[in-house]
Amino acid sequence: MSHETDWERPLEQRAKIVVERLNAWYGPVHAIHDISLTILDRRITAVIGPSGCGKSTLLRCLNRMHEVQPGARAQGEVLLNGENIYASGVDPVTVRRRVGMVFQRPNPFPTMSVFDNVAAGLKLHSLLSRTRFADTVERALRRAALWDEVKDKLKKNGAALSGGQQQRLCIARALAVEPEVLLMDEPASALDPMATLAIEDLMRELVQDTTIVIVTHNMQQAARVSDKTAFLLANAQGAGELIEYGDTPQVFTNPKDERTEAYITGRFG
Amino acid sequence: MIGQYTRRKVTNYLMLTLCGLATLAAIAILLLVVGYTAVNGLPYLNLEFITQTARPLGEPGGGMRNEIIGTLILVGLASAIGLPVGLLAGSFLAEYGDGRVGTAVRLVADVLTGVPSVVIGIFVYIIMVRSMGTFSALSGGVALAIIMLPIVARTTEEMMRLIPATYREAALALGISRWRTIISVVIPGAMTGIVTGSMLAVARITGETAPLIFTALGNRFGFSGLLNPIAAMPLQIWRYATSAYDTWHQQAWAASFLLVIFVLFINISVRWLTARRYGYTR
Repeated sequence: MSHETDWERPLEQRAKIVVERLNAWYGPVHAIHDISLTILDRRITAVIGPSGCGKSTLLRCLNRMHEVQPGARAQGEVLLNGENIYASGVDPVTVRRRVGMVFQRPNPFPTMSVFDNVAAGLKLHSLLSRTRFADTVERALRRAALWDEVKDKLKKNGAALSGGQQQRLCIARALAVEPEVLLMDEPASALDPMATLAIEDLMRELVQDTTIVIVTHNMQQAARVSDKTAFLLANAQGAGELIEYGDTPQVFTNPKDERTEAYITGRFG
Repeated sequence: MIGQYTRRKVTNYLMLTLCGLATLAAIAILLLVVGYTAVNGLPYLNLEFITQTARPLGEPGGGMRNEIIGTLILVGLASAIGLPVGLLAGSFLAEYGDGRVGTAVRLVADVLTGVPSVVIGIFVYIIMVRSMGTFSALSGGVALAIIMLPIVARTTEEMMRLIPATYREAALALGISRWRTIISVVIPGAMTGIVTGSMLAVARITGETAPLIFTALGNRFGFSGLLNPIAAMPLQIWRYATSAYDTWHQQAWAASFLLVIFVLFINISVRWLTARRYGYTR
């Protein structure tokens, strides 16, 4: 039934997320078709492919953010530590606390200070929590390599920071709730090269104790930063399919599928 | 070529002149209203007018203290009912209003905005005044709240819809529940707009007269509880202005001017608020 092949099986590493025959739709539009893959614990997995191949949709299915959009639905299994997050009775809110997300455009809450932005996930989780968050906020900002730059302006508005700082603020905000997995949807595409490098260095740091899945248009970025690479391509009906998935060096230097080779050598996409 | 260019220029000037004239006419009317009430009302507007109650006919002096207090109570009452209900209805429309229920509620709100205020007065008269057996401040407040309700609900909805989806997604992706996202991210972002809409609604009901005729009725003896008739400035203006006595006409002018100033004050505050908002985000 499953169409697993050798490259899909984990080697000696532990699986964090196992995607089984995942399909997703936007209304009548079939966005991804029968995708199965295993995301390894404490590794960076890059998802690459041309525009409209379902990369972001796949990512959004991993923390049930896909269904937030009107008319969107998903089918199949996504096992997080072996438990299906699409099983009936699973609260998507709980899933999203375990699987955090960073978006393409930095989106700090404009009505909140730097501090409140980072504390938002903790503060807004319940009405009653009266704990102090100073330690957590500092830790999250340090992990996001932003502490030194903002420690004197914690009360300033988050939107007043530079683009790269805003994106690291968003990463700190996601880290503050201590997710097991961090999903990043083209996190550097709106940033300049220096800020991009800072984000990439940061990802290498974070992956020591979290799992990262990154969607990127930038193939150099995928090659630089990731351990595993998945290549998606839309089929004749426009639904994204997994073409190739393997160790990043292998996918980029010795792709098994000729479509992967065509894409990474820049012949299309 | 030259002919065409000239024609284009002439058309341009013609249209520009027409637009200018139309603008001038609109502004002129506003200035005339404010100016005329000022000229006629300002001479009689003094401390006594605000602090004293009405005197019997023939006795000089006296003021509208009861009516000013009455209008403030009525507007406060209407806001206490209309603002929360309007806010909640607007939030519902913005966040959950994409289905059939939302379309229906939106249509009803738009129709309600267009219902003549006198009809709302008669409605409240039948529902409240007749069943309670007395004209009352409460029924006046309810009538004004009904007029406020659709304005507040629709502006709240529009303002909340302006908040980009990325902020909602950011909150949801943090594992924040939907209702908490609305309260802590969407509504604060839309706050200036919501406050603006609410203040405009307050300005709108302050001068309403017709619905109060059937509900608040008016009261010469000052505030005597929410379940008794209450005085209101628009009502008193109407009574004084339609009377035959010069002293009453003067008082009506002074009260009109006071109302215009109040509404103008609210509108200018709104402009100031919105200007500050754009200065802050851009």
